[in-house]
Amino acid sequence: MIRVVLPAHLRTLARVASEVNLDLDGEVTQRALFDALESRYPMLRGTMRDHVTKQRRAYVRFFACERDLSHDGPDAPLPELVVRGREPFLVVGAMSGG
Amino acid sequence: MSSVRVLVGTRKGAFILEADGKRHDWTVNGPHFGGWEIYHLKGSPVDQNRIYASQSSSWFGQVVQRSDDGGKTWEPVDNRFIYNGATGTHRWYDGTPHPWEFARVWHFEPSLDDADVVYAGVEDAALFRSDDGGRSWRELAGLRQHRSADSWQPGAGGMCLHTIIVDPKNHNRIFTAISAAGAFRSEDTGATWRPINHGLRSEGIPQAEAEVGHCVHRIAMHPRDPNVLFMQKHWDVMRSDDGGESWREVSGNLPTDFGFPIDVHAHEPHTIYVVPIKSDSEHYPPEGKLRVYRSRTGGDEWEPLTDGLPQRDCYVNVLRDAMAVDSLDECGVYFGTTGGQVYVSPDSGDHWRPIVRDLPSVLSVEVQTLP
Repeated sequence: MIRVVLPAHLRTLARVASEVNLDLDGEVTQRALFDALESRYPMLRGTMRDHVTKQRRAYVRFFACERDLSHDGPDAPLPELVVRGREPFLVVGAMSGG
Repeated sequence: MSSVRVLVGTRKGAFILEADGKRHDWTVNGPHFGGWEIYHLKGSPVDQNRIYASQSSSWFGQVVQRSDDGGKTWEPVDNRFIYNGATGTHRWYDGTPHPWEFARVWHFEPSLDDADVVYAGVEDAALFRSDDGGRSWRELAGLRQHRSADSWQPGAGGMCLHTIIVDPKNHNRIFTAISAAGAFRSEDTGATWRPINHGLRSEGIPQAEAEVGHCVHRIAMHPRDPNVLFMQKHWDVMRSDDGGESWREVSGNLPTDFGFPIDVHAHEPHTIYVVPIKSDSEHYPPEGKLRVYRSRTGGDEWEPLTDGLPQRDCYVNVLRDAMAVDSLDECGVYFGTTGGQVYVSPDSGDHWRPIVRDLPSVLSVEVQTLP
């Protein structure tokens, strides 16, 4: 089970109160995670990665295990602690004013 | 008794202001979508409980919200605005070619005869349409693929399609305006377009009377007289009496002819309103006095409307989509400011009062007149 923590605005949009838990088949990658997340919560499509290119939006970051995974490839495996559900995968709005 | 519902989009959420026909005592609901930029909300004239809202942020992009109960509850609908066909390039600020990139929806224009049909004007400039209440969108690509499009440039706020007007007497005829490309008209429900900028003169472009390149800020029309169009351009207030074929300046005695919104009285097709702003770099009222100007002659002759508006130390702006009128017997006029005030005049502009004073910066104001 993968634990995903969304930023507050996306939790509101998806109407989830806390972590989202996902069961993924096969290799656990960012692509697989977001495919599953957007499938369950279609309103999140386009808010974290581009509809067409699937590239991460510029002001969205992905953290886990105290590492910045934002620049990892979409098909790179996620850390084992994330795969085992010991650590959450964090979707973060980049820190800035506004 | 009739009532009004004012839909206010701000930099940090949407607000819904409601009052009975006296427009004296108001309830304020919101913020809806707190923390998000709400560029525009607009209700369907066919089903006034149907409201579309453009919700966006630099972080999370575009979301489209739809309400079917007058704004009490909302449902996210489709947010895929994919350009149709070859994307092409327009001209960037520095003059180099720049690929079209979707940024946000600036304006929704619900159909006059079908609550499920709605047009969306977006940045980078293009027109989209939904036939299923926002559950899917398709681009009417003839506009973006106009032969002049590779020469269009963004205004300071982005290259936005901000004005969409459907001719109430001929629904095949649609007017749009783009900053900074100009005004365009379609006679075939958006399939093909041609520029309608003859008579506009803009000193800020190399060829002042060019076919395209004008920074049109807003166009307004009275539904009874759809061949008469009023335009607030970057500088100059303009008027067309032939559906945009030609324009003439009607700035007349305005203290400055720079501004953003322009609107038409609900019952008097030649009574129009603007909010003069000092200049293109000084986006505040001249002399620190917030004045709406009214012309009862369709331009040229203007009178300042000041009663109830701040007449000293006022340095707010009123953006292009932030003025609206209701259609009660005594026409109400509304506008919102970048300082977060929303003002109402329940008597065609003679007297004003703030409905609210301290909202986030106001991006848009629309009014629904309810039975």
